[in-house]
Amino acid sequence: MIVENSKVVLSVKDLTANVDGNQILKGVNLEVRAGEIHAIMGPNGSGKSTFSKVLAGHPAYEVTGGEVVFQGGNLLEMEPEERARSGVFLAFQYPLEIPGVSNLDFLRVAYNSRRKAQGLEEIDTFDFDDLVEEKLEVVKMDSAFLSRSLNEGFSGGEKKRNEILQMALLEPDLAILDETDSGLDIDALKIVANGVNQLTSPENATIMITHYQRLLNYIVPDYVHVMAKGRIIKSGGKELALELESRGYDWILESAGVEVGV
Amino acid sequence: MNIQVSPSPIPNSREASLSNGLLNKDAYLSGLVDIVSTTKSEGWLQELKDNAANWVRHSKLPTKNDEEWRFTDLSALRQFDFNVETKNFVSPDSAPFTAISDTRLVFVNGVFVKELSAIANLPEGVVVSNLAGLPNLDGELVKEYLAQAEGAKEVFTALNTAAIDDVALIWLSRNAVVETPIHLVFITAGDRIITQPRCLVVAKKGSEVTLVEEFINYASPEKEQQEVYLNNTVTEIWVEENAGVNHTRVERDSIDAFHIGKTAVTQARNSRYTCNAISLGGRLSRHNLEILQTGEQTETTLNGLTIISGNQLADTHSALALNYPYSSSKQLQKNIVGDKAHGVFNGKIFVPKPAQLTDASQLNRNLLLSPQARVDTKPQLEITADNVKCAHGATVSQLEDDEIFYLQSRGIDENNSRHLLINAFAAEIINNIPVPSLRQNLTQIVNKFS
Repeated sequence: MIVENSKVVLSVKDLTANVDGNQILKGVNLEVRAGEIHAIMGPNGSGKSTFSKVLAGHPAYEVTGGEVVFQGGNLLEMEPEERARSGVFLAFQYPLEIPGVSNLDFLRVAYNSRRKAQGLEEIDTFDFDDLVEEKLEVVKMDSAFLSRSLNEGFSGGEKKRNEILQMALLEPDLAILDETDSGLDIDALKIVANGVNQLTSPENATIMITHYQRLLNYIVPDYVHVMAKGRIIKSGGKELALELESRGYDWILESAGVEVGV
Repeated sequence: MNIQVSPSPIPNSREASLSNGLLNKDAYLSGLVDIVSTTKSEGWLQELKDNAANWVRHSKLPTKNDEEWRFTDLSALRQFDFNVETKNFVSPDSAPFTAISDTRLVFVNGVFVKELSAIANLPEGVVVSNLAGLPNLDGELVKEYLAQAEGAKEVFTALNTAAIDDVALIWLSRNAVVETPIHLVFITAGDRIITQPRCLVVAKKGSEVTLVEEFINYASPEKEQQEVYLNNTVTEIWVEENAGVNHTRVERDSIDAFHIGKTAVTQARNSRYTCNAISLGGRLSRHNLEILQTGEQTETTLNGLTIISGNQLADTHSALALNYPYSSSKQLQKNIVGDKAHGVFNGKIFVPKPAQLTDASQLNRNLLLSPQARVDTKPQLEITADNVKCAHGATVSQLEDDEIFYLQSRGIDENNSRHLLINAFAAEIINNIPVPSLRQNLTQIVNKFS
């Protein structure tokens, strides 16, 4: 929701970044305020996922210019774990399977590292178990998932729900959902979207990165941005997504002077 | 049913050619035999020792030209002269092990130490003792088993046999069941010494036992250097019809020690044997794990975990012979190799013609933590039976940047992320150990690693 005069959570100015020496981000500008939901759409290879990984601090992405201010601090100077602890959350497009690490232990360690950074006491196993049970409701997950290894053998939908469960526990100030809808059937999509909707509030902000307009029927954005060739070339309200759905991307790319079909 | 079994494929089980040996006598090896075989035993045991000593005197230490020792170079051993030490430097206050059970035998440099040991509440028909502590024991009972396992004529095993002075003995009579784990602790204390722990486990028909063997170094506090010694261990386990033995073996020798260990298991029909072998210490450590199934529907489970760093070399050689129908085996060997360390795995599984309807699986997984770390792996299945289920494989991997990033993105720092992943790799083996306190100890050791 758009809240009058709410504080700026994230401010990105002229951000450029390379992967393996190739420039992928070519000057991204974006401002996100508390309470807002932003959708970033765009064709494959436009730099959407790179943008999300740069924000989360993936070491393979080299920032070459610009600035990113998160909650008043320089995000780019922080290690990935510091970003997470201070309230940035990236829901992965492809959550990793980590055999041997129990989902429950992982969630507890992650939760406590966030608590510690907030100056709160770590909570013990028993209290944590109660907390998780409560959060499982958000994504309608069975508690049997907790005793399994992290994402090991989970279906695509289960992995995505597990990401949202982590988000529910960590209560981020900025959640970045990277293609959280891709590969989900409609039932799983509804569960995931419903979970995200329960977690948004006037205090936090959400960036959804998606290829498909379908997700936006279930999580309604305040702003829609179109990304192409490493830049945001057009921004608008939620109606922009509908226009993209009916007309495709080409007309926008053309009007923005971006070469089409490459 | 009459089943013809081919000669045992356990390596070195055939007689070496004596004439050949005579011509190429190994002075270093003969020197070792002379040093270790000084104690006299009674009748049958002395005969056994003399035979083994003679055999060793006509043998040679293996070299890298021997297929079984291709990656494990013993030549460094020849730089050291070892002596026998029988003094006990270990006081009960400074004992380097954690008590995991109230049934425990402790040996220091091969000598039984009563003050460190404990025997409590054993059921009837169970003997847990050092052999020398049983003066009234009928030698005939032990004679049938001691040094009788396949592969006894292998140079290090024979060297151990040549010097048997005392033996850790576990004897379970028919249907005896021991609920608490039996803990065997073999401590080596001293520099430039050779110790040769010997253990004999006989589980008679229908009996059941959990066994934990630990090989530990006791470094005296004054010593700053790690101690160089040779620890040459032999454990024979006889699992008779329908009996079950769950065996955990932890090798934590000095980082500069040589450790050569033999576990020889003979399993009768319908028996179950599980081995959890953990290798941590030694500049050079070798575990020869040999299992001979001698009847139908026999179950063997082998779990192994090696964690090495620095310039360590750890070699696990297993040979498993499934000779009868309806049997199964499951093997998982995991190696975590850091720095310039070198892990070796060779796992042989034999499924001859009579072993129809057997199910054998073997997997070796390696985690390399540095670019200089090295692993040589050779899963080796030899199958001539045609109606069987057999699978084998080996993987080598590193910690993935993406895995570490995933954990970091949830607030776990890089160092802890690495620990978590290494722990997870090791946990698959450690979690099989049926003693919770030992699991915790080992998890702590893994945590300190990397």
